[in-house]
Amino acid sequence: MNQVFKRLVLPAITVAALMASTALAQAEMVLHRGNGAEPETINPHKSTGVTEANIEADIFEGLTTYAPNGDIVPGAAESWEISDDGKTYTFHLRKNAKWSNGDAVTAKDFVFGFQDAINPETAADYAPILDVIVNAEKIRKNEEKDFSKLGAEAVDDYTLKVSLTGPTPYFLGLLRHPISYPVHKATVEKFKDDWTRPGNIVSNGAYQLTEWTPQASLTYVKNPNYWDAGNVKVDKVVMYPTEDLAEELKRFKAGELDVTYDAPSEQIPDLEKNYPDEFKNTPYLGTYYYVINLTREALGAQPDLRKALSLGVNREILVSKITQGGEAPAYSWEPPMSNYKQAFVDFKDMPQKQRLEEAKKLLEKHGYSKDNPLKVELLYNTSENHKKIAVAVQSMWKQIGVDASLRNEEWKVYLETRDKKQFDVARAAWIADYDDPINFADMFLSDAGERNDAGYSNPEYDKLVKGTGTETDPAKRMQMFHDAEQIFLNDNAMIPIYHYTSQHMVSKKVAGWEYNILDFHLARFITVAQ
Amino acid sequence: MLNYTIRRLIGAIPTLFVILAVSFFMVRMAPGGPFDKERKVPAEVEAKLIQQYHLDEPLPQQFVRYIGGLAQGDFGPSFKYKDFTVSELIWQGFPTSLALGLSAIAIALIVGVSLGIWSSLRQNSWIDYLSVGTAMMGIAVPNFVIAPIMTLVFGLMLHWLPVGGWGKPTNWILPIIALAIPQIAAFTRLTRGSMLEILRSNFVRTARAKGLPELVTLTRHAIRAALMPVVSYMGPAIANIVTGSVIVEQIFGIPGIGRYFVQGAINRDYTLVLGVTILFGALVIICNLLADICYGLLDPKVRYD
Repeated sequence: MNQVFKRLVLPAITVAALMASTALAQAEMVLHRGNGAEPETINPHKSTGVTEANIEADIFEGLTTYAPNGDIVPGAAESWEISDDGKTYTFHLRKNAKWSNGDAVTAKDFVFGFQDAINPETAADYAPILDVIVNAEKIRKNEEKDFSKLGAEAVDDYTLKVSLTGPTPYFLGLLRHPISYPVHKATVEKFKDDWTRPGNIVSNGAYQLTEWTPQASLTYVKNPNYWDAGNVKVDKVVMYPTEDLAEELKRFKAGELDVTYDAPSEQIPDLEKNYPDEFKNTPYLGTYYYVINLTREALGAQPDLRKALSLGVNREILVSKITQGGEAPAYSWEPPMSNYKQAFVDFKDMPQKQRLEEAKKLLEKHGYSKDNPLKVELLYNTSENHKKIAVAVQSMWKQIGVDASLRNEEWKVYLETRDKKQFDVARAAWIADYDDPINFADMFLSDAGERNDAGYSNPEYDKLVKGTGTETDPAKRMQMFHDAEQIFLNDNAMIPIYHYTSQHMVSKKVAGWEYNILDFHLARFITVAQ
Repeated sequence: MLNYTIRRLIGAIPTLFVILAVSFFMVRMAPGGPFDKERKVPAEVEAKLIQQYHLDEPLPQQFVRYIGGLAQGDFGPSFKYKDFTVSELIWQGFPTSLALGLSAIAIALIVGVSLGIWSSLRQNSWIDYLSVGTAMMGIAVPNFVIAPIMTLVFGLMLHWLPVGGWGKPTNWILPIIALAIPQIAAFTRLTRGSMLEILRSNFVRTARAKGLPELVTLTRHAIRAALMPVVSYMGPAIANIVTGSVIVEQIFGIPGIGRYFVQGAINRDYTLVLGVTILFGALVIICNLLADICYGLLDPKVRYD
């Protein structure tokens, strides 16, 4: 009982103290931001989600970082040189970069950071994206025990040399991913798993974590030791878990939030009309699609049938009448990315009526018609939105002579069913971790294992995608991705439905919130009018 | 009385153990696991995590390990919220849920019982119809309808109260009302029903016949007896309400533990589900015991020897 008493009275006193302190410091600039789900962890090497990455991008800093418009700009590194073969990167660190406890940020910190990220003990989900660094894969898989063999070397305190297995044009972008953030060795070693707690944590970003009440809020304040602290305007950022989008929007309208994580799709037409300045709806690096199981009969054996299914889906209707979230109808696998020219399914410019006729013809060729429909089962995970789309697609397919039965499963059950390939057609979605086509392309390599949900295998595709790993000419490399995507789309192993957009409500008080495809908005570039 | 309490508490241990064992094995029977995600976890990483969380051991061994930890007050690490242990999550959230729940139940008790008594005394009057009608509404309209309407009206339209968030005293008002409304309804109905019955019973007639003033008849005899069903309802109701509400907590952004039960199950966060289940089980047992003790205080016929 004493425990409970303490826990009730102490917060009350804290609240009173906080209220008193806010009254004293009127000039403090605070950003209140809705941030989706409760973060799972803020250890940058262990986290996996967008929610966590939003926080980590503010409290940590990689060698490179995000400009407001999404460009890659120097972060902890001031400048860098890339060798002619594209395999060696030499970074020059800022001499005035400091950890939140005042220690200098040195090349050794980054070496330790990479080592910690790929350490098998860390068990980081995202460790494989660092496989481009020499020996990273071996160390990660416990085949190499000597961490000093990793291709990341501190030449001196402020010079870091990273050796790569091949030219990796997206490497600078990768360095902004949380998996590449440095961690403070002494702190990690001292506090072990508890190092991310407020009070323990030492970080090198523009902000430092001060408070974290699960399910209520996570607060970080300006790090006075940050190298660019003089230009950081927002003093304090409060991130709120906002899983209920309708309530998040209300809190925004009531002025309790300056920025929302998302917007409820059913209210988007209203927001577009009544909040044209606040509502931001912009392209995002994701694709919603239906994957076709190629290891099962009929659909797996007959490309015609798969194409008919794809032809039969009226994407414009789905986007304008069903999802209504401003998504873009998808005719490609890769979402729009910088410097990349998407490939499209060949019927992209065909009117819907003609597509339907085409689909019927293809089905009839194999003996299917309205009287003898092709039977397929459509699997999706239980959710109102997925259901709406599935029901609409079911009725669209009915018109061309496909009898789809719907099966919905709870999330984890669905994942297992999909992995075991016990489906005909399944809903799926993919969001890129960084702005490069490899993110999507490598999923359908024949050796991608469970990730390749379709069970797709095409040697020509494999050759092109793998070839991009050694191609030094960026333009040629992008062309290879484009050609590979065209092959993949022609094989109709999946049905692209729409490309995601990211939606936010951004208060008029907030300045410096610019559109960027990765949807990262660092607090250090933002100002909030009080 | 003390003997009785001790006996009941000792009897609770095997009950809790059974709850624990059943939940432990049931949660493991659910398909999928804590590490299944849209983006596949690399095989080596999954193997390492399985080892770190001891999921590679035979299930009975894991159970023994879990019980061993529990005996020392350790609920284990959360599979989902990696920066916290389950004990921390529960002890951070439970005081909030407890305080909210007890406030709501206290308000519900006062308002519900008063309304119930009042309408039973004025049976078939407009007061009776109004309170019974309101009670029916309170039962029929779920929280996920009431709470958003309240935030809309009081937060967004009238600007009287914050829509959500936590930390200010005003943040408590709407969640407490949202939690209390269904309980008010339940208390009103229970009290009214049992009062109507008691008022027609022999001992009340006797009390009136021997010339006791109506007020004394009501307070000393009728109400005491009429509260019995309310008390037996209160045991589980308190246990239920103080372990938090998924909906109310999510809508108002309250740092309670209500969400952990459902989220834990969805995420296959085995340790979190078990932790909350044990807490809930223990609370039900304690609240029922308290209810039984209250019987003794209210009803002279009940003895605990």
